Formats: sequence, C-alpha cells, structure tokens
Amino acid sequence: MADGYKKEVDHISGVETTGHEWDGLKELNNPLPKWWLYIFYATIVWAIGYWVVYPSWPLVSSYTAGVLGDSQRANALAAFEAGMAERAQIGETLVNASLEEIESTQSLLEFAMANGRAAFGDNCAACHGTGALGATGYPNLQDDNWIWGGSLEEIHQTLQYGIRSGHDEARFGEMPSFGADGMLDKEQIIQVANFVGSRAGIEPEAGIDLAAGEQVYAENCAACHGDDLKGMKEVGAPDLTANSYLYGKSIDAIRAQVTNARNGVMPAWAPRLDPATVKSLAVYVHALGGGE
Amino acid sequence: MEEGFFAAFLVVIAFACLIIAGKTYDQVMAFHTAIGSLAAAAGAFIIFRNYFEDRVPAPQEIGGKPNYNLGPIKFGAWAAVFWGVAGFTVGLIIALQLAYPVLNFDLPWTSFGRLRPLHTSAVIFAFGGNVLIATSFYVVQRTSRARMPGSIAPWFVILGYNLFIVIAGTGYLLGATQSKEYAEPEWYADLWLTIVWVAYLLVFLGTLWKRKEPHIYVANWFYLAFIITIAMLHIINNLTVPVSVFGTKSYILWAGVQDAMVQWWYGHNAVGFFLTAGFLAIMYYFVPKRAERPVYSYRLSIVHFWALIFLYIWAGPHHLHYTALPQWASTLGATFSIILWMPSWGGMINGLMTLSGAWDKLRTDPVLRMMVVSIAFYGMSTFEGPLMSLRSVNSLSHYTDWTIGHVHSGALGWVGYISFGALYCLIPWLWNKKEVYSLKLVNWHFWISTIGIVLYICAMWVSGIMQGLMWRAYDAMGFLEYSFIETVEAMHPFYVIRALGGALFVAGSLIMAYNLWMTVRHGEAEEAEALPAGAMAPAE
Repeated sequence: MADGYKKEVDHISGVETTGHEWDGLKELNNPLPKWWLYIFYATIVWAIGYWVVYPSWPLVSSYTAGVLGDSQRANALAAFEAGMAERAQIGETLVNASLEEIESTQSLLEFAMANGRAAFGDNCAACHGTGALGATGYPNLQDDNWIWGGSLEEIHQTLQYGIRSGHDEARFGEMPSFGADGMLDKEQIIQVANFVGSRAGIEPEAGIDLAAGEQVYAENCAACHGDDLKGMKEVGAPDLTANSYLYGKSIDAIRAQVTNARNGVMPAWAPRLDPATVKSLAVYVHALGGGE
Repeated sequence: MEEGFFAAFLVVIAFACLIIAGKTYDQVMAFHTAIGSLAAAAGAFIIFRNYFEDRVPAPQEIGGKPNYNLGPIKFGAWAAVFWGVAGFTVGLIIALQLAYPVLNFDLPWTSFGRLRPLHTSAVIFAFGGNVLIATSFYVVQRTSRARMPGSIAPWFVILGYNLFIVIAGTGYLLGATQSKEYAEPEWYADLWLTIVWVAYLLVFLGTLWKRKEPHIYVANWFYLAFIITIAMLHIINNLTVPVSVFGTKSYILWAGVQDAMVQWWYGHNAVGFFLTAGFLAIMYYFVPKRAERPVYSYRLSIVHFWALIFLYIWAGPHHLHYTALPQWASTLGATFSIILWMPSWGGMINGLMTLSGAWDKLRTDPVLRMMVVSIAFYGMSTFEGPLMSLRSVNSLSHYTDWTIGHVHSGALGWVGYISFGALYCLIPWLWNKKEVYSLKLVNWHFWISTIGIVLYICAMWVSGIMQGLMWRAYDAMGFLEYSFIETVEAMHPFYVIRALGGALFVAGSLIMAYNLWMTVRHGEAEEAEALPAGAMAPAE
C-alpha cells in the first residue's frame, strides 16, 4: 500500500502508521484482531449450517427446504390441532352436561373454571371489569341482581346470543324514552323518579308529590317493572328495589334514564367462541358468587 | 449559474405551492403548501437580494488555507440541539402517557398515536439527521482540505432538510400520515426530502471531488454509504400514488406481505445506515481527534466497513418472524444478522482501541468519556440485536418492551452520546473557542443521563421479558394463565421507572443546551488558527 507516503512509528504503541494523514488524523497499521476474525468466520460457518438445515434460499418458484424438512406453518398447525384435540373430549362432555353434573364432577368443574377464567379476562373484562364487578352501564356479575336471570341456563343463554345484539335469538327488551318521546312531561318524570327512589331507599327530594309519582308509575312503568317494582326477567326489566342500578342509583340518574332511556348491548358469543368455552364462561360467571 | 438554478427552482416551488394551497380541499395540505410557498419565496428573495447587491462569493482559500464553509454547519448544530431537546421531551410525554393514560387529554393532537411518530422522527431524523448533516459537512471539508462546492447548495440542504422536518412533524400532529413506521410523512414531504437528499449527495461528492488529500478518510466512506443507501431506501419504501395532487392522502404501491417486507427492509436499514453507518462516521473523526491518537487499525476499518454495508441490507426480515413472511426469508434475515455481529463490533474495536495510550484521559475529559461510553453501548446493542433476531429468542421478545429497551440502549446510549460528544467538540471549534464553557457541566450531563439510560433500559428489559413470559404462560389445563389486561397492569411500575429515566435524560440534554449556549456566548477564544493535531499534542 501507498509506498512513498511518510510512514512513521507511533511512539506509544510502537506500531507503524499507514502514512496517510487527514486533518491531523492518522491510522495505525494494526492487523485484524485474531479473535475478531475467527468469530466472524465461525458465524459464517454457523449460518451455512443453518441454511443446510432450515428453509433459507429462494429459488425460481420455490426455496431450499432444508434437510430437516422443517416448516413453521406445519408446526404451528400441528400444535394447534394437538391442543384442540386434547380439549375436544372433555369439552364435548362439558357441553352436554347439566350444571349439577358439572358441579359434581371435579374434572369437568376444573376444566370449566380454567377455561372460563381465561376467556373472561380477554373477552368479558373489558366491560364487566377484571373482578366482574361491572360499572355504570355494565352489570355487576358478583351480586344477586340479575336482569335477565342468574341460573346457569339463563346465563348461558345470555352469553350465547347476547342482549339486543342483533342475533335472532338475542334477548330483547327496550325501555321507552318517556321524556324524549313526549310520553311524560318534566314534572311527571320528577315525580316518578322520586317515587321509585323512595321505594329503593333513596331520600326523595323535598316537596314532591309522591302519590302523583306512584300514579305515573302505575300507568307507565308497572307493566314491565311490576306493581311491586321487582322487575320482570322475561323482558329484562330490572328490579327497582335492588341495591344496584345499571345506570346509577340516584334521583338524577333515574330521571335521566326515564327521559332518555339507554338500552345497552351485549354481544352474542356463540358465533365467536366455541361451545365449550361459552359453557365454561357460564359456569365461571355462575360461580362468581351471585349465581342462582 | 448555481444562483440562477436555485432561484428558478424556488420560484417554481413557491408558485406550485400557492396554486395547490388555493385549490386544495384538505386543510393540512393548505397549511403545508402555505409554509412551502413562504419558505421558497423567502429563499428566492434572499438569492435575488444577494445578486442585486453584487455580493462576491466567498473565496475557496484564504492565505493558502482552505476557507471552510461553516455557516450551514453552525445552523445544523443548533438545529440538532433544539430538535434533540424537543424530541426527548416528547418521548418523556409519551412515556408518561403509557404510565398515566389520562395525559392523552382526550385530544386528537396530543394522543399517543400522533405523538409517538413525532417523538421517533424528532429524535432520529430531526436530531440525528441534523447532527449527521452538520458533522458530515465539517468532516468532509476538513479531511478533504477543500471548501464545499456551491454557495447556495449547502444552505439549501440544511434549511430544506429542516423544512421537511417541520412539514413532517406538523403533519403528524394534524393527522397526515401514511402509517409506515419511521416513514410516516406523506408523499409531498417525501418528494421534497428526495430533492434535498440528492442536493446533499451532490454537495458531499463535490467536496470529495475537490479534495486535496490523495485518499478518502474512513469517516467519509461511512457518510457516503449512509447518504446513498438512505436515498435508495427512502425512495423504494415511499413509492406511493397520491389520491390527488391537491390532497395529503396517498396509497403505497406495495401490497400485503411485500409491503411489510419493503417496510422492514427500509426500517432495519434506517437503523443500519442512518443510526449505525452515519454515527460510526462521527466516531471515526471525533474520537481520534478528541483522544489525539491514531485510529487503531486501517485494515479493520476497511474490512468491517465493507462487511457491514454488505450484510446489513439482508437483515430486515428478522422484524417479521412468525408472520405471513415465508420461513426462508425469515431464516435469511436471522442468519445474516448473526454474521453481522462481528462487522458491527469492528467499529467498536476500532473506536475503543484508538484510546490505547490515552485511557487516562477518561478521568479528566468527560466529553471523551461520553463518546467511549457510547461505543460501549454500541457494542452492547449490536450484540443484543443479533441475539434477538434468532427465531427462538424473538418469539419471546417480539412485540414486547424488550424491543423498546434494545432500541433505546442503542438510541440513548450510542446515537445520543456520540452525538453529544460530537456537539461538545464541534460547537467550540465552530465558534473558535478553546473548550466548552464548563467541563463540570458536561460531567453532570454525563452522570445524570447515564443513570437515566440505566433506569430506562433495565426497566424495559424486566418489563419486556416479564410481558413475554406472561403472554406465553399456560395453566395446567392448557389455558392462558393471564389476560392481556393483567400483563398491562403488571408493567405499570416499570413504565413509571422508564419515564423517570427519560426525565433524567431530558434534564441532561437541557444542561447540554445551556452549556453549549454559554460556550458560544462566553467561551474562552482560541488564540490562533488551530495547528495540526500532531503539533498540538503535548510531549509525553
């Protein structure tokens, strides 16, 4: 290289420079570090070995398949199928079993609870909360206040087809917007909200004619919520004497719901999850503490 | 000639932008073309004014010494400081948003989805890009002993590049994005960058062409590889068809897995050629210069340079393991990443071994210490990278915070520190000062940022590996042990630690900005024109 340049010896390292100089910068003529070079060669050898073993180089219309015949896609499908086959048998037993059978057969119960817990976290917790305690607009699944029924079969039905989900089998019931649609005036709504509140343990506002409110209730609400305010599960009319209200338990919240009724939606899970998982969710939710 | 060309070009751009601004139905386009029109008109005005005032072009040499063009470098250095502080701060904001989502404020402009590309582009392209352009202009002139060609072109490059950044950044905030990671700017911004980048290449090549040195210094090979490859990557990954010339929206030419492959071929080589080759160029000039030692091995610099640029370009598919990408492509990406390990480390060896005979300076010179620590971070992340490119490791690390930690050990440690080191050298040189205003403050910057980086990357390693393990945990029945939200809850404390680390890094960068400002304002002046480094080195 570059004879004729002024090569000099660096007085600290004792190594000759290349003789080039740029803006005061010089270069030593050190060889490649041996360890560096050998590891570099080793990685190349390793890579060649890897190419021999695994699919690696593209050809015109295919690729080198590798001597192991390894296929990521086939491996993933096989693992998936093996997992599903392992679950299929016990899953099928679960789908055909009654609640009593599930609760009395330990293997079925363990399977259902494990499956239900895993499925609940990724599918239900977003609305009902990780602890299933619900939130405004999303029912608490831990208590005994069931809008559409809390037996295993009723929970299973709700899970499969949902509520106002658009599925043909969905549970359906709709509360009218008494205020927005002009069925009740503001005064009547205040009266009925205070009446309902007074029966649910809320202190009514001062100076409200509760008897008038009861009259409004009897004419407009009792058909669904019942004369005793205990609700009607067949149409999804909540128990108004319960401790918790879906859309909030206060006079203002009741007024808001009577004026502009919210009719929330729960999706149908039968089209999305396999039958054993839906059944497991029913068992899991039923076992949370509030199941009837 | 050059003035006439640029003046005509800018006048055309100013009118084209004006027409689009007048006819567009798209508010973002109207805003951006208005900025473009004003900027181009201002540029044309300055050229005309200089022409009519009969300003003489700066001489190529004064007294037999090259008259280096330092103006655009000064601008680029301060743009880098500004964008650095801004980009790190946005990073801190989004780190806090991940820990406390309420900080999204429910506004579209401040949501994580818009601020995240603002952060990545601000730190990579605005901060990193200005450091690269400024240092490359400086290094190529000094090591070629020649003034950059053109009087307008270097200014066009640095100002045009920063105009691109303004267009890109405001576009993200207003919702104009083509949704390609690290290539979010829409078609018109991409076109503008292409023009600026070609001008950059020509200025750089022109300086090399004019060089008075027989050989091209190693730093310039790396700069040239960076400029050429980024041009290629940028063009191919941004081949889009605009819906209308009057609107921001465009659609990419590639579809499905091919788009994914082109995207990560681009994305990985943006790391390889922007954040590695470009910053290795900085290392090859500033480390030997500051240490006043010769580069360790000329031979190693040649071998690792060619190995690095040949091998990097293959490694992209390791970003797409276990996806629709064919397994053979994924294998190639992983194996080339492993082979890349030593070529990457060649730069580390050459950087660290250049210190032999000058290790004592680490005690007394915090600027050199910062650059040496940056090389150590470079070595660490270029070891971790190949490891993570293996399918079996990647199945744990991919999509987790481990990737974020890996990127930031490279970004904060390597790119950040080598850039800070270069700025601490460059700004005193540009303003003819002996040294930065306060080495004590550099020391503070070093320690505060180092603690910040360690907090950041350790938090992300723990949180990322935990996240990956939680995702793949099954119970005895074969069901997932944890729901997704449980994994998110588990990461919260680490997100808080990460934000704390980020806050320390921002604090360090503010100390740097103050120190550099005081250097320019109050630094002690260099007495005479710098002597050659050999003559300056004190006798041992």
